[in-house]
Amino acid sequence: MKRKKEMGFHTLYRIFIFVTLGALTISIIIPVSWVILASIKENSEFYGNPWVMPKGIYFQNFIDAFHKAKMGDYFFHSLLVTSMALIILLIVSLPAAYVLARYSFKGRKLLNILFMGGLFINVNYIVVPIFLMFVDGDKFLMSLVGNRFLLNNPFILALVYASTALPFTIYLLSGFFVTIPKDYEEAAYVDGSGYFRTMMKIMLPMATPSIITVILFNFLSFWNEYIISMTLLTKDVKTLPVGLMQLMQAQKSAANYGQLYAGLVIVMLPTLVLYILVQKKLTQGMSVGGLKG
Amino acid sequence: MKKGRARSTFIGLCITPALILYILFMLLPTFGVFKMSLYKWGGYSNKKEFVGFNNFKILMEDMNFFRSFQNTILLIVLVTTVTMTLSLIFAAILSRERIKGENFFRIIFYIPNILSVVVISAIFSAIYDPANGLLNSILSIFMKGESSPILWLGNQNLVIYSLAIAMIWQAIGYYMVIYMASMSRIPESLYESASLEGSGKIHQFFSITLPLIWTNIRTTLTFFVISSINLSFLFVKSLTNGGPDGATEVFLSYMYKQAYTNSSYGYGMAIGVVVFLFSFGLSGILHFVTKREHLEF
Repeated sequence: MKRKKEMGFHTLYRIFIFVTLGALTISIIIPVSWVILASIKENSEFYGNPWVMPKGIYFQNFIDAFHKAKMGDYFFHSLLVTSMALIILLIVSLPAAYVLARYSFKGRKLLNILFMGGLFINVNYIVVPIFLMFVDGDKFLMSLVGNRFLLNNPFILALVYASTALPFTIYLLSGFFVTIPKDYEEAAYVDGSGYFRTMMKIMLPMATPSIITVILFNFLSFWNEYIISMTLLTKDVKTLPVGLMQLMQAQKSAANYGQLYAGLVIVMLPTLVLYILVQKKLTQGMSVGGLKG
Repeated sequence: MKKGRARSTFIGLCITPALILYILFMLLPTFGVFKMSLYKWGGYSNKKEFVGFNNFKILMEDMNFFRSFQNTILLIVLVTTVTMTLSLIFAAILSRERIKGENFFRIIFYIPNILSVVVISAIFSAIYDPANGLLNSILSIFMKGESSPILWLGNQNLVIYSLAIAMIWQAIGYYMVIYMASMSRIPESLYESASLEGSGKIHQFFSITLPLIWTNIRTTLTFFVISSINLSFLFVKSLTNGGPDGATEVFLSYMYKQAYTNSSYGYGMAIGVVVFLFSFGLSGILHFVTKREHLEF
């Protein structure tokens, strides 16, 4: 009798588990695949039942999104900004993290605290002062060299992105560098290797797994970012998420659904592909790196 | 001596670029927020007038600001409690129960976290669309004859909850993965002995799992406050733009509006300072009240 009751509870429990897991899975898979299917629907198919499958593959949406909505240009800008920001970030943060983790010198503690404090700086507040700083800077440059290049410049945007990612990246990388035994460097110095050479040839290769984690997380955040991008790139040069926002706004007045969802897929696809390729790395990296803001 | 100088040069060369970028684009702007909050500063003209705490005085009587305050608090409480509960439950299920395809679920649940907030907003506008939306078309099956569609984003009383759902949807996977990582470090033997003593699964969850990952929960709670303030801004900016009629205005969206649309930078930055102090204060309080004795495995 008692056993039967336990069995009943057990089955109920299993059902509960599968219902909850199933519900969340569906709530994620359905909307994401719906927009992917919607991107190949013709505009007339958007009136009426939204659950109807597309009649055929209407690829014109993507062509329109690429040319008419300029998502092709924006894609290129995003690629440019993201890769430049990643390169700047790595060049700047790797040596800094290495030195901060492995050399003792005057002021090291202060510098560590300084960079750690950056983890609490919220990028969305400081975007206004950065914008105003660039307005002033551009005015100054205008009077000095007759040219302005701080606002509406993808390189400057990349520089700002890299700077805002510095605290988290340095924190994560020095967390790794601290764990390497001192013997490696000592052996290298005995062999007559200089400081720079030791860092480049011995320490950096060992840090490859951490570097990959850094690249993954920051690629996602740079590629998806739009508040800074929207503020600092005010003219024709825009990044993908800002372009998508424009499409969303345009869609409200002139319903052009197909183009909107094609644009959405263009923004989403690179991150999804990357995710599928490296999902293990990404979800494991979280336990290594702890929390990002 | 020569070696010492080479060493200092090396250290200097490694640190300086990072320090310059950090000071230029992080520290100076942060000080800028505080400094500008004391000025009356309108837009591109260089008219800056020092007004002391006047901006803050105006702020204390600004009903729109209080509205954004209320909305933000509601979102923080709602999103934090729901996300935390759900992600803890899912993390416990996936790490404790031997379920086929555990990895599959983990991969799927993490997907929203890799999407841009703009993409998520576009997806949710498709879901919430009053005429041809996914949600209303499902509901219309159950509510035959109801003629007026539900305005998920158009109804002033409803819209904040619609927003909260989108935020929860985005966050569950991320926190689930964090909690799973710390749950996997709990030794299996604890659960085994608890089972032998006849303790049920739910009891085990409350008496073993929760206490042992408490440090982790505390840390995420602090981050929840900061990231809810942040994310609510990102979602509002792309999904509702504060509307309808200010029903979803949150801290930072109101700040951004004052600074750009209204061109009152000084006033906008005063809002920034208040939000800054608020988020730190709240994080601190949460950190303090959730203090428990640290448990070792």
